[in-house]
Amino acid sequence: MVKEETQQQHKGLAEHSGLADIFNRDEQRVNWHDETLWFVRSKRDKAAHSLPEWELLRETASQIKHNVLSDLDTYLQQFEEQALINGVTVHWAADAREHNQIVHSILKKHEINRMVKSKSMLTEECHLNEYLKEHGVEVIDTDLGERIVQLAEEPPSHIVLPCIHKKKEEIGELFHTHLGTAAGESDPQVLTEAARQHLRESFLTRRLALTGVNFAVAETGEFVVCTNEGNADMGSHLADVHIASMGIEKIIPRRKDLGIFLRLLARSATGQPITTYSSHFRKPRAGQEMHIILVDNGRTVQLGREDFRNSLKCIRCGACMNTCPVYRRSGGHSYHNAIAGPIGSILAPNLDMKAYADLPFASTLCGSCSNVCPVKIDIHDQLYKWRQVLVKEGHVSPVKAMGMKVMAFTFAMPRFFAFAGKAGRVVMKYLPFVVSNKLNPWYKEREMPKPPKESFREWYKRERR
Amino acid sequence: MSSREKILAAVRANKPDLQPLPDVIIPVREEGLIEEYRRVAEGIGAKVYEVGGTAEVKELLAASFEPSQRIVSPLEDFADMAEGIEAGIDPHSFADVELAIVRAEIGVSENSALWVPEGNVSQRVIPFICQHLAILINRERIVPTLQQAYSLIGEINYGYGVFIAGPSKTADIEQSLVLGAHGPRSLRVFIVG
Ligand code: SF4
Repeated sequence: MVKEETQQQHKGLAEHSGLADIFNRDEQRVNWHDETLWFVRSKRDKAAHSLPEWELLRETASQIKHNVLSDLDTYLQQFEEQALINGVTVHWAADAREHNQIVHSILKKHEINRMVKSKSMLTEECHLNEYLKEHGVEVIDTDLGERIVQLAEEPPSHIVLPCIHKKKEEIGELFHTHLGTAAGESDPQVLTEAARQHLRESFLTRRLALTGVNFAVAETGEFVVCTNEGNADMGSHLADVHIASMGIEKIIPRRKDLGIFLRLLARSATGQPITTYSSHFRKPRAGQEMHIILVDNGRTVQLGREDFRNSLKCIRCGACMNTCPVYRRSGGHSYHNAIAGPIGSILAPNLDMKAYADLPFASTLCGSCSNVCPVKIDIHDQLYKWRQVLVKEGHVSPVKAMGMKVMAFTFAMPRFFAFAGKAGRVVMKYLPFVVSNKLNPWYKEREMPKPPKESFREWYKRERR
Repeated sequence: MSSREKILAAVRANKPDLQPLPDVIIPVREEGLIEEYRRVAEGIGAKVYEVGGTAEVKELLAASFEPSQRIVSPLEDFADMAEGIEAGIDPHSFADVELAIVRAEIGVSENSALWVPEGNVSQRVIPFICQHLAILINRERIVPTLQQAYSLIGEINYGYGVFIAGPSKTADIEQSLVLGAHGPRSLRVFIVG
């Protein structure tokens, strides 16, 4: 993708449907993107169906998150108290700017101007890298996918698979330019090895490491970081200073609740039974300094929006993206927001209704997202509700407002939503006018992705017999 | 008002009515744990050996590693083939470790994860910085799911602990699985007893 276009998306200037057009210029790539994510989705199904207690886990996780949101102030204070006892410094940041300033002040205090960072969607949301660059700090993203998009000067296009939009030949070219691999080399094994060597040098020489947080336990003050690569641990165990940045909604009440969430997270994300590493950080190691930054940045506002507060239950597994027919055919960059896909489309308007008014329309409301969500967020309901809010507030063009009525009609037919996954396919197959009608702004002339005749679940059931 | 006060006040003003915190009891399976453990671990790229004792572990490792390579272990049983791990020294000094041999406290059959608390490795970086990792786990410490693992961990006050499942890996390039991202390139699990 052309760089200016990508940067433009990043600034939120363009609309989803127009950006999706850019992505759709390369038909082969779109097909590949679509199929690859569907493959990840299928792995998720297989992992979920292998656990008889899957639905019980989802329901429990959902209830725990409801409890957390309803008592968040108490849990945050309990977490802070425990973290302080553990010898960790706790910071509170009202918004992205304050978060970035806190990180910068810690760097300055230690006279550090080079750091490593493992995956943190929050720092993407806060545009930390750009901020630090302006202040003369070099940040190296150490997750392989993130390093790739960083070298390409692009934002990640997926919260779990940051460079899923890139072909290996393009990655080979980037590595040839930046890491000195042979021209034309595109073997994933060789490229990964080159990145390993390059990043190992970074781990060994940087004195400050920043990580994200997957879960923070109120009861103990510990936080858990999940990676497959081991980059969060390589960074933090070698650095003099470890900063962990987290949104305030990452809190869970008890350590034992990890037994619920860790069973759901990786299975939902990639179909793995668990990530390779689930690292529990409670105290700094001897001689190390550890900081936690608790970030609001609009979360308390979302908490107050009754129809949308449940989006704060999200554990960032990415399942709703992998299953979304619109995401798969339009690519993460078309959402011009740090978090793409269905969940990004309900989080973004909370921060800026005007800039992200297009996103809740980037959906067929097929409901597949809500079906796979491990914490049972009513994602497609919220997309529908955002449309109403955005129309009412005057952020939506008349064409879209019309299209919305057609969608509302489909939505109102309970038969189609009783089994949303199946229904989505039925709607696409028999009622194409509903989804590819001119009035549905997302589709324009584009064809819907061909719905698979049978879902993985159906196939799996049949194959097992 | 500080940001802390502002955030807490906003949460108080905006949070919904109190919802109950659920407890969950998942039915426990006790059968076929070792078989399940092996199948899941091998499925994610680990090698699994069932052994009678540490002598067998040493024999198996000696077949794959040269004495000239740097091997470290905090376990006294391995003092004849591995150097000890001194706590508190510069973690960077382990950058050239080829093999680390450590003990896990708990194994989980549903996902093959092994619980390795800080005390079992002396230095947090050890299971990550080594090129290859070997972990011993007692047969009777393998439980079916993470929930049982956490009830065994209970209230223990560790500074750091990690569940490790398989060697480090990535599929970031076109979803092609590559073992050995930043951490160990291989994981050998020895089920002892
Ligand atoms: S909304 Fe649900 S499915 Fe989507 S990323 Fe969040 S937790 Fe996963």
